[in-house]
Amino acid sequence: MEVTKIDNVTRVFKIGTVETQALRGVSLSIQNGEFTALVGPSGSGKTTLLQLIGCLDQPTSGQVYINGKDVSKLNRNQRADMRRGTIGFIFQFFALIPTLTAYENIELPLLLIGQSAAERRERVRHLLEAVDLSDRAHHRPDQLSGGQQQRVAIARALAPKPALILADEPTANLDTPNGKQVMETMTRLNQETGVTFVFATHDPRVIQYARRVIMLRDGAIVENTEPEKAGVGV
Amino acid sequence: MIQILKMAIRDLGRNRRRSFFSALALGMGLALLLLIASVIEGEYRGSMDSSIRLQSGHLQVRAKSYDEDKTSLAWEDLIEDPGQIAGQIASLPAVKIATPRLFASGIVARGDESAGVRIIGIDPSSEANAPYRDGLVAGEFLRADDREGVLIGQSLANKLNLSMGDQVSLLVNTSDGEVDEQLFTIRGMFSTRTPSYDQSTVFLPLGKAQAITRAENHASTIFVLLEDREQAGAVASALHTDQYAVTTWEDMNEFLLQTEQFAQGYMVMIYLIVLGVTATVIVNTLVMAVFERTREIGILSAMGMRGGRIMAMFFAESGLLAVIGILMGLVIGGLLVLYATNVGFYIGDFGVTGMLLGERIYAYLTLSDTITLTIIAFIVTLLAALYPALLAARLEPVDALHGGKLA
Repeated sequence: MEVTKIDNVTRVFKIGTVETQALRGVSLSIQNGEFTALVGPSGSGKTTLLQLIGCLDQPTSGQVYINGKDVSKLNRNQRADMRRGTIGFIFQFFALIPTLTAYENIELPLLLIGQSAAERRERVRHLLEAVDLSDRAHHRPDQLSGGQQQRVAIARALAPKPALILADEPTANLDTPNGKQVMETMTRLNQETGVTFVFATHDPRVIQYARRVIMLRDGAIVENTEPEKAGVGV
Repeated sequence: MIQILKMAIRDLGRNRRRSFFSALALGMGLALLLLIASVIEGEYRGSMDSSIRLQSGHLQVRAKSYDEDKTSLAWEDLIEDPGQIAGQIASLPAVKIATPRLFASGIVARGDESAGVRIIGIDPSSEANAPYRDGLVAGEFLRADDREGVLIGQSLANKLNLSMGDQVSLLVNTSDGEVDEQLFTIRGMFSTRTPSYDQSTVFLPLGKAQAITRAENHASTIFVLLEDREQAGAVASALHTDQYAVTTWEDMNEFLLQTEQFAQGYMVMIYLIVLGVTATVIVNTLVMAVFERTREIGILSAMGMRGGRIMAMFFAESGLLAVIGILMGLVIGGLLVLYATNVGFYIGDFGVTGMLLGERIYAYLTLSDTITLTIIAFIVTLLAALYPALLAARLEPVDALHGGKLA
């Protein structure tokens, strides 16, 4: 089943009178359960594409579908509703709320979808176990290492059982062992839960985990390996 | 909701010093307003109490033609056989005291020095004289059969350098339009702690006052004190006759009541200025918070938090600041008001036309003022969050996640 479909999407940014074309007619389909990397050099349009799939931004032209629904013309609140519970995010800078503990950070999206206290407790405990951080449940982000913080972010993204998790350079701020641990956790959770992961990266050590690789250059897809042909010529 | 509150508490805790001083600004503003409101209320209450005790009473019964400003002593402007009428009025259940009084204008002179005074003939045995009897600072109170003694205010004595037992010359207007002059001995001095009153009032026994003014068996007014001043209207209606005019304390202190209303309107302006300044501090704190937490707002937005809920977070923070600030304000304001209520502020002889001000002003904080000010402070603080909250809610998630571009 198709989680997201991008149909001839362009995105033009205007800064003053200067126009920059970040995406030039990109089309793409991502199936349920994929573990896909968007790769390419800086400025190739990876992050812009992730933001469009994640309903954080709107295309200048073309359509973006999530679970078969056209989201390209939704207003701000409709996009927020679309993201809530359906799309999870993992960012390069960990992006945890610094005043909340690991447990509370993971609980936050569950509160937003209105889960009961008992359901939340159960789900958060399960996720803390899944990312091997049960003993850090009540630590705040500044009491956790970068790798631990990113694993909390993974658990938070997974918490509401979304259809899709988007990760933007998830290991860019981590050293090699922590980056490896984060990627292994993501791979394992993709296999265990079947949730779709799409991540942007230009780190060859990360790309090797992908089962499908989409390469972008200057706002266009230049290579698109099919699923289950992982590690092809990148 | 609980999570939003929890986040608000922790967010305020991030920069404790800034949050503390923001709340303190609100607290100081509220404390100041409580003090101002209570001092103004106390001033008017004190002035009204003085006026009722010393001047107007709760009711006065006078001849219809009596003009208070002219202090007329013509018989047709006076009440005949006042003792009997006072007795009848005193027999009404709501009436505490009814006593005749005769007013005349005159001059007290000794040597080269003199002062214009109001001469009041009183029944020395009446309880209505308690403010003067209790305020005796020297000598003794008047006796009904005293034909040569006067009671004068201490500040008048000071002004004319008079001592106990001194003789003074009293020039008095009379009923037939003449001026009479007699020597009197100072029997006592009183202080009502209302300098403007004490400096211009001389008491004589009613009989002597009637004799010197040739008013015979007449009085200017029947001075009435009630058990409860709220009954003044009802008692005035009951006493209504064609012959006499009955005026209530509200009629007699109309100017005071009007200036009080004016002052209350003025107070609203002061409330708005003080709370406006306070609100600016809160706006500043929350705008800083929005700038510092732009990226977090982006994260919450990315998770699907709607703009309304992001606004609610900032309202929760300002609500908490308001609660902390108001608690500080009630404590600080409470202490200030407590001091001002018990010790008061010394203002000395601060003459204000139409008001009988004591030499100290005491604060009087009403529950209604406290509640009104607390609610206004809370609402103003919440309103102060509107701009920062809108600023946060309008952030585009993509911009916010990159920590910038505030609208």
